Amino acid sequence: MSDRFVIANREFTSRLIIGTGKYPTNQVMAAAHEASGAEMVTVAVRRVNLTDRSKESLLDYIDPKRYFILPNTAACYTAEDAVRTARLGREVGLSHWVKLEVIGDEKTLFPDNEALLEATRVLVKEGFVVLPYTNDDPVMCRKLEDAGAAAVMPLGAPIGSGLGIQNPNNIRIIKAQARVPVIVDAGVGTASDATFAMELGADAVLMNTAIALADDPVSMARAMKLGVEAGRLAFLAGRIPRKAHASASSPIEGTIAAAAHARA
Amino acid sequence: MTITLNGEPFTADRALTIADLLARLEINGARVAVERNFAIVKRDRYATTEISDGDQIEIVNFVGGGYA
Repeated sequence: MSDRFVIANREFTSRLIIGTGKYPTNQVMAAAHEASGAEMVTVAVRRVNLTDRSKESLLDYIDPKRYFILPNTAACYTAEDAVRTARLGREVGLSHWVKLEVIGDEKTLFPDNEALLEATRVLVKEGFVVLPYTNDDPVMCRKLEDAGAAAVMPLGAPIGSGLGIQNPNNIRIIKAQARVPVIVDAGVGTASDATFAMELGADAVLMNTAIALADDPVSMARAMKLGVEAGRLAFLAGRIPRKAHASASSPIEGTIAAAAHARA
Repeated sequence: MTITLNGEPFTADRALTIADLLARLEINGARVAVERNFAIVKRDRYATTEISDGDQIEIVNFVGGGYA
C-alpha cells in the first residue's frame, strides 16, 4: 500500500520529525537520530560562539545528505525577529524551509498567533516553505493554510511538558479540514502519545524533549519510531466503533457449556 | 575601527571585509550566515563586503534545538 507523506512536493518515508536540542552529548543525539528513522531534523539558529571556538559544530553530527535540515525560529517573540532568523537560517545554505515559531508567552511558550500569521505571510512571499507551530485551533490552522503555510503544526500540549495530546478532538477537526499536512508539534511524552496523535489522523509528529531527556534517548527514539508507525497503521486500518457493552468474539454455537445447560 | 560583533564590541586595527573577519575568527564560512546592519550578506559577497566603523555584524550557525 502506498502511503506517501509529502510536504511541498518533497516526499518523506518517516513520519517522525525530531529536534537536536537537550541531548546529553552530540554522540547520543546522532545515535538517537539513527534509531528514530527520522529523515528530517530541526535545528536552531544562534550566534556563533566567538569566545570558545573549540566548541564542536552541530553539523559534525548531522549529515545533511542523510537528514533534511529544518531550521527553526525558536525563541523568537516577534514576527520581525522570526523573519530575520528564518532568513539567516536559509542563508546557511542547507534549506529554504522553516519551522516557524513566534512565541507569545514565556511561561506556557504558547504561540503568538497574530504575529505568526504575519511572519508566515512575509516568508511565503519570500519563497520559504513555512511550517508554523501553532495552537490546536482549527480556525488558526485554516488561516495559516490560507496564508500559504506548507503544513500546519498544532501543539499537542505545551512545549517540553510531556503531557500528551490535550485536545484530541481539535486535532481531529484540524486534520479533517486541512488541505496541507498536519504535524502534531510539541507535547509528546512517550511513545503512546505519538501513536495517539497518529491514530487521530495526524500526518506526522515532531518532538524533541521526549527523546532527548529520556533516561535512554536512543531506546526512546526507537520507541517513538515504532509508536508513530503503529499509530499510522492503526489509522489506515480503521478502528472498530466504540460500544457501551461487550460483544463476544467467539461463536455462540457449539459450546459444551450450552450443551450442559440443555441437559439440566 | 570598532564594530558590534554578535552583540559585543570588537576592535580591528585595519579595514576588514567579511571574509577577512571570518578568517581572523577562524570561522568556516560555509557553515554560517552573516548579517551586516540587519541585512543578509550573501556568501559570494563576503570577500567584497567592507566592514565600516560602527557596523553591527551578526554571525550565526546551527545549534541544537527543537523549540522555543
